[in-house]
This record gives sequence, C-alpha cells and structure tokens, in this order.
Amino acid sequence: MNLFSIAWKSIRQRALASSLTALSVALGVALMVMVLVINGTVTRMFSQSATGYHLIVGAKGSPLQLVLNSIYFMDRPIENIPYRYYEQLKKNSAVVHAIPFNLGDTTEDGRFRIVGTIPEYFDVEYIPEKQFQFAQGRALTGGFEAVVGARVARAYGWTLGSEFPIAHGGNLADVHAEKFQIVGILAPTGTPNDRAVFIHFDGFYSIAGHEKPVEEARAEEQARQAGDAPIILPNAGSKTTGPLNVKAAQKKDQPEPAAPPQAVKEVASEQKQVTAILLQMKSDTLAYLYAPRINKAPVAQAVNPIAQISRLLNDLVGNVRTMLLVLTGLIIIVSGISIFVSIYNSMADRKREIAIMRALGARRGTVFSIIVAESVLLCLLGWIVGTALGHALVFLAAPIVEARSDVLINPWSFEREELLLLPVILALSIVVGLLPGWTAYRVDVARGLQE
Amino acid sequence: MSLILQDVKKSYREPGGTVLPILNIARFELADGEQMALLGPSGGGKTTLLNVISGITAPDSGSVTIDGVDLAKLHEVGRDRFRARKIGFVFQTFNLLPAFTALENVLVGMTFAGQGADRARAANLLERVGLAHRMHHRPPQMSVGEQQRVAVARALANRPSLVLADEPTANVDPSNQQNILDLIRESCREGGVSLLMVTHSLEAAGQFDRVNKLTDFNHPRGQG
Repeated sequence: MNLFSIAWKSIRQRALASSLTALSVALGVALMVMVLVINGTVTRMFSQSATGYHLIVGAKGSPLQLVLNSIYFMDRPIENIPYRYYEQLKKNSAVVHAIPFNLGDTTEDGRFRIVGTIPEYFDVEYIPEKQFQFAQGRALTGGFEAVVGARVARAYGWTLGSEFPIAHGGNLADVHAEKFQIVGILAPTGTPNDRAVFIHFDGFYSIAGHEKPVEEARAEEQARQAGDAPIILPNAGSKTTGPLNVKAAQKKDQPEPAAPPQAVKEVASEQKQVTAILLQMKSDTLAYLYAPRINKAPVAQAVNPIAQISRLLNDLVGNVRTMLLVLTGLIIIVSGISIFVSIYNSMADRKREIAIMRALGARRGTVFSIIVAESVLLCLLGWIVGTALGHALVFLAAPIVEARSDVLINPWSFEREELLLLPVILALSIVVGLLPGWTAYRVDVARGLQE
Repeated sequence: MSLILQDVKKSYREPGGTVLPILNIARFELADGEQMALLGPSGGGKTTLLNVISGITAPDSGSVTIDGVDLAKLHEVGRDRFRARKIGFVFQTFNLLPAFTALENVLVGMTFAGQGADRARAANLLERVGLAHRMHHRPPQMSVGEQQRVAVARALANRPSLVLADEPTANVDPSNQQNILDLIRESCREGGVSLLMVTHSLEAAGQFDRVNKLTDFNHPRGQG
C-alpha cells in the first residue's frame, strides 16, 4: 500500500461526492480540449490552405482581400488584371506553376463560388504533399466542363453528368443561359476547395459577357502601348463592367442572333482578364525576391498568402482563441475550487479517520500527503475523463461542423497544448489540496480518537 | 524491563485557563511479556496514560522508556515512528478505517511503520483471529466482534513489543467479550508481547495475573 492507494480508498469511500467533484474538473477539461482541438483544426486549415502557393497575384488593393478571395473563396474580388499579364508571368523561368483564377460568379442560388481555372490546378498539391483526389470522374479538359468540391456535390446532390447554370457576379437575377456539366467530384480536402465549383477557363470565357468587348480591349491595348492606359481593368463580376454594356449595345445597334449557348468561343488574349494568379515558384527565396518586382509595377500586387493569414489569425482568431482559453481556464479553476470545497468540507468528518492513522504511526506529513494525493487523484481522474469526453464531444460535433463550415475535424487529433493541461491540472490539484492537507496535518490525535 | 514510567506528569489547561492535572506517576513498570490490567473509573486518566505511553501525547515532565528508548526525549516524528513499529493499539471503539477491508486495515498499519506491506503476514494474522473468510470485507459489513478481531490482528501486525488495550471489550456483546479477551491475551502471549489493558470492568481485570488500580500509583494532585 502506498499513499495514493490509501488516498484512493478515501475517494471511493465518498464515491458520490468524489464523482461529482471529478466530473466538474472533467467538464472543464473537456471544454478546454474541445477549444484546443477545434482551434487547432481551424488554424491548421487556414494556414495549410495558404501554403500550396508562394504568391497570389491580383489587382492592387487589400492584400488580405486578395488572399481571402483567391484561397478561401470569401469576400469580393478586388478587380481584374489582364490575361496577358498572366501569360507573361507563366513564361518566367522562376515560376513552376501559374494558375489563373476567374472569380465573381456563383452557383444559381448564390451558395457557392464559381472558379474559372485551368486543368493544371488539379495537378498542383493544394497543401504540401496533398494532391487532389477525385471521388468520382476526372479533371477538366475543356469546354463547359465543371469539377465540384465534395461539399457542393453533397449540398446539391450532384453526380457526374449533372448540369447547372451560373449566376453572373453573384446576382441571382442574372443567371447565364449556358450550362456546365460535371465531369469530376473532388474527394473532401478539408479546405475551401470543398465548397468551390471549378469550371474550365475556355467555358468561362465562352459565356456571354465574360469576355472584354473587342473595341474596349483594342483601345486599352493601344493606350497601353502608348503608355497611358488604365492598367487596372473593370471587374468582370460587376454589373457596371464592360461586357454587360456591350451586351446591351449589341441589342441596340444590331440584333445579332446570339451564339449557341454551349458553343466554346475563341476569345483573344486581349479580351481576357483574370482575377488572380496563383504562383508556385522554384524556391521560397525566389518568391521573396520576385514579389517586390511585381509590387513595384503598377499592374498588380503579389502577396504571400501565409503572411496574410498569419496576421489574420493573430489579430482576430488569436484573440478569440485567447478569450476561449481564458474562459475554459476559469472553468477549470472553478472546478479546482469545487475540489477544495469538497475535500475541505469532508475534513470535519474525517478527523477521527486521520487520528486513527496517526495513532497507527502515520506522521503529520504522511496524512498531509494523503489529502494532497486525494486532490491530485481527483484532478487526474477529471483530466482523463475530461480528455476522453472532450474528444468524444468533438467526435460527435465533427459531422455537424463539417456540414456547416466545411472544416474537416479529426476528433482523435491530439493538440500539443493538451499536454500542457496535465501539468496545469496537477499544479492546481496540489494548490487546492494544501489547505485541507494542512487541516489534516494539525489534527489533534488524542481529541480525534475521542470524536 | 519493557516499560518504565518515571516521574511522569501530565496536565491540561482548561478553557478558563486553570490547569487540570491528569497524571502524576512516580514510577510504573511493566516487564517483558508481562500482562497487566489497570483498573480505573471513567475520567480517571486511563486514556491519557495510554496516550503518553504510546507517544501520542508528550508528558509535561518525566520519562517514558520502552525497550530502552525514552519517548519523552524524541521529537514527534520519532515518537510516531516508534509507535508504528513498537506499539500495538486495541481501542474500545475498534477504530478501523471504514474504507478499507479487514486485510487492508492490517496492511495500512504496516505501511505507516515503513516496513512494507506484508500481505502474507497480514492474511496469516487474520486467519489466526478466525477471520480467514472475512479478509475482504469492510468494517461496516462485519459484526463488532469481528471488527475487534481485526483490530487485534492490526495491533500485532508490526511485531510490537507492547500492546495497549483501551477497554477492548466494552463495546463488544457479552457473548463475545471473553473470546476477545482470550484472543488478545493469547496472541500477546504467543508473541512474547507485553500487554497493558486499561478497563473499568472488574470481571475482565480479574483474569489477569497482575491487576493494578490507576489510583494506586497515579496521584495527579500530589496525594499519596
């Protein structure tokens, strides 16, 4: 028998009170574990999603908006940049992959973003060492083909061969006549790709109004060659952009029969624009050196997505996380106080028991240690149950969170911060055990035996 | 000589501040392996005497020598260790730990003595007191007679040189009193352990070869 087994006997003797006390600790720990696991998952998701590419190139404006829009498919696009700019970047020897994105449109009901891109996008690792997998079908090859994220397919019940139109600029009243056919459904990635609809670049430009009017493109090209053109071009996703005006103009001037909606049109490079270009460079150093060159020119900005997301996480998410951790920390402290109250209150009834131990030869230090050991065991029990409970609750919550936010949560992922919980709980248990332990230390044996 | 008390005085301060003398013993002896019954009325200082002999309470003055060691000169920790190893206690109210089984109650005394929990010896002791079938029962599940038997086994667990018994049969039903008394005396005799039993029962005391009245040698107010 050792002190802990003696302490454990006392805990079992007061099974109900002990269980409730340990449960209060367990609930505090469970909450802490949930916050840590979910926070860890969200942070990883945000950080990892931004790690696939070295630079995001887009129109000048808010760097964070550019990243949020291009990587997370959130917020609105800033503006567009010329397609030719993309062609130039692509030729640069430092660039491994240059993926153009056209953003701004949504599915018919506005729930999911449409991303016009090239098939190469699916060949690039979306997170280091993570390659896109197709749950069904294949990547884009051309025309009016679409690949949808796992969440999108689930939300609409889409399968291979399903067809859908897209809403122009997210305006649900302005749905294009063209329909895209699903040729691939991505396996879940736990990234924003799950809630995106990827359509082929050719198909995107074949939609009426997505190409820049010939006259406007020519005028801009001439102006650029003359050196006084507006570099930043109007946003294709806006109702006030050129293409829509051209549509209207066409109706007024000469009522040409519209091209068959599903025909892929040849669109000149001058008439094309891109919202963003995702760049994977040959090395981090090259990316570091290359970004200032892009930023110095008036055409576009190059943003390191990781830096932007780190700043966002620290400034906003970091504060929320700190607040949640402080709150759950307070819960654990309250649980510690409940342990203190439970043990301290029991001391009045246990003076005789302690006196018996002392009469049998237990030293004051021994009975003190037994009481502190009780506190430690209760907290340890609470930590074990709380950790299991926390992960179990995350396990139960994972499908709900995934359904609502596309965040893939692995309930069994163990956050490093959880390891810190154990020493914190142990330290707390020792602190709250000190006063009851001191009470046991001071028990008068002769008087205690007579009680 | 197993136990010698020399010029032992002990008094308590009452809440009002007045000093209440309890013990004033010029000399008291108990030989190795000797069994003695000490008679005295309730409130006569019997329990205080046992507390002083066991080192639970330090005397105000005088010496308490057991096997050549003067407990009065030891610090509390030393007295605790000595008590755990050399003195066995059998209380009137058994004083078993309710959360522990009979076997564990015996083992816990060994643990406090720092000699390691010898399960085989604990089990053997319980067999000797007739509780082989009750080893894993807790005190509330046992009769008072059985509880006192566990207390006897626990008192002998650390091979003490002295067993102190404080009214060991007072709370036991009459049919079991003689059995308990026989058990304590027989167990001590077998182990060559000295036994000092305090009681107010003439019947119980009458069975001992040596019977003393506490008032014969304790004169708290200086009489005699």
